[in-house]
Amino acid sequence: MFNRIFAIAKKETRQLKRDTRMLFIVFFFPVVLLAIFGYAINFDVHHIKIAVYDQDRSEYTRDFINGLISSEYFDLVTNIDDDKEIKKLLDEKIVQAVVVFPKDLSRKLLSKQEVKIQFLVDGVDGNSASVIQNYVNAATYSYSIELTKEYLAVNGKNMYVPIDLQPRFWFNPDLQSTRFLIPGLMGMILIITAVISISLSIVREKERGTIEQINVSPLSSIEFILGKTVPYIVISLINAGIVLLAGYILFGIVTKGNILLLLLGTFAFLFAALSLGVFISTISDSQQVAFQAANVTSLLPSLILSGFIFPIESMPVAIQVLTNITPAKFFIVILRAILLRGAGISAFWDQLVYLGIFGLIFIMLATLVDKKSKNK
Amino acid sequence: MNTIEVNNLTKKFGKFTAVDKVSFTVKQGEIFGFLGANGAGKSTTIRMLIGILEPTFGDALVGGFSIKNEPDLVKKNIGYMSQKFSLYNDLTVAENIRFFAGVYGLDGKKYEERKKWVLKVANLEHMENVITGSLPGGIKQRLALGTAVIHEPKIVFLDEPTSGVDPISRRNFWDLINELSEGGTTILVTTHYLDEAEFCNDIILINAGKLIAQGNAKALKSNYIKNPILEIESERVVDSLEILEKEKWVGETSIFGNYIHVILNDNKINEGNIIHLLTEENGIKVQRVEKIIPTLEDVFIHLIEKDSKKNVQ
Repeated sequence: MFNRIFAIAKKETRQLKRDTRMLFIVFFFPVVLLAIFGYAINFDVHHIKIAVYDQDRSEYTRDFINGLISSEYFDLVTNIDDDKEIKKLLDEKIVQAVVVFPKDLSRKLLSKQEVKIQFLVDGVDGNSASVIQNYVNAATYSYSIELTKEYLAVNGKNMYVPIDLQPRFWFNPDLQSTRFLIPGLMGMILIITAVISISLSIVREKERGTIEQINVSPLSSIEFILGKTVPYIVISLINAGIVLLAGYILFGIVTKGNILLLLLGTFAFLFAALSLGVFISTISDSQQVAFQAANVTSLLPSLILSGFIFPIESMPVAIQVLTNITPAKFFIVILRAILLRGAGISAFWDQLVYLGIFGLIFIMLATLVDKKSKNK
Repeated sequence: MNTIEVNNLTKKFGKFTAVDKVSFTVKQGEIFGFLGANGAGKSTTIRMLIGILEPTFGDALVGGFSIKNEPDLVKKNIGYMSQKFSLYNDLTVAENIRFFAGVYGLDGKKYEERKKWVLKVANLEHMENVITGSLPGGIKQRLALGTAVIHEPKIVFLDEPTSGVDPISRRNFWDLINELSEGGTTILVTTHYLDEAEFCNDIILINAGKLIAQGNAKALKSNYIKNPILEIESERVVDSLEILEKEKWVGETSIFGNYIHVILNDNKINEGNIIHLLTEENGIKVQRVEKIIPTLEDVFIHLIEKDSKKNVQ
């Protein structure tokens, strides 16, 4: 039995070596995804371009602006003298935000009146806009407190701040989005090597008629499928290694948890993903159909529904149910637990069970469809 | 000794009966021809006999194993090659041989020996590292047959093995089939080339899923057509055919290129009557009229037309 599985695995590897298109999909595509998601998609908001319309031109306004641009969050692009320019700057996306200081700012401050600073933000990208708002709020708040302290000091009093909130972010202290994305990326890349490549490789045999020769041989379906999956399991593990290594070298992400648990999780995931791939191969007759089916059922959901980018908890209930069609969902929970938190198996054993159930369901469906098609 | 025994084998797809209570036996070492038009049920029958399609009812023993109850044992003991080229085009010749040897569990000395044999019959010695897809069709076909019998099965099924292959390659391929048969291998081959059927020891013909004739080529020719057959070579083939078909004494007609074959209903009619009818009455010049021994084609056209008429009634 092992000899026969080995014969299939060897044949599959040889075919893969000559199939440049497939090699591209299984090796190059992941690298591209890694670069895109690692660098291009960045939810951290840095170097927000701002313009200042300072009608007051006082020490206060300079202090306030210096406070903003001394952080890495804001870059001062230009000073303007006319409120007509504001619209132009925002329209043409030269700046993302404009700070408007009123004419009587210093006078009001000196006479202890409340001052209003206008802050105009480009709200098209809602995510960035709300981040900008938070930064500015914090900056304004701390500058306000400083002014209060100064005022009290002049009057010989100390300021008392009753509560000082000190947030600290565990597992991702700098709140880098790459740390959050890498596990999802790994899930997505493995989905490509597992679901897409296995379904294409089986359907190709159907398309070219070679499956007929396999069917009349003493090979059982299980031997055939095991033999076929072996090379892709190896490739998937290599790819997983590449992602982890790249995560470490490029983004400084150290795997916190147990490597063996990581391997266990990966195998559980591959079981689920491969059985989905096998199922797709039983319902499609051409590589084109298989590729589309694999795309719709695995690649897209692994991007959109897996919690890779969009948190599942904030989806409507119906969509939350739908998220179960991608094994990446469970795998990402496992990966985040192991990679970022260094958690033990108690934190994700349920996900392993889900992956197992997922895999069994699709293997069973594949067997049913296959049996039916044999009697056609 | 019979190596294949087929009993009332039937396959239904929904309401459509593709194979209808077919029974026949194949003796050991025979080349058994399985003939019929496209869609007559040949491939369906073969797919049942090799254990990849379950019969609706009936059964068959292949090498002593029931295709219904022991399809896995059947598979172990047969070789199969289909009209669709079934090797991996993106592997080299040697890699294909290695793979199928692996599937059938050949290794060591046995493997080396069989590999040599396959390369020899395919005429591919010293070319084992060529990519299979780049080989000419005839060579590929021989390689496919070689690998299909790499495990030296006692029974081999060939499903239209020579379709789409040039005549010389077909000839070479049949030499290989004869060689296997002389070595004691039983061969069941489907074909729609009737000249190939002449090479077979035994022939069955199926039409619309039913077996309609059986015997060797000689017996088929003499048993199924009793009436004389005339071959007519005339100037206006289609017109001549129309004229002939109106006569009561004309049974069946068919066109073979420039010739017309006519099966007569009446023994008293001879060449003279034909010439009289065409030339004197209709002014068509007749080059030649000759009484011939029926070809297999005549027999099959006759049988299939008879069967189809029966089905309509």
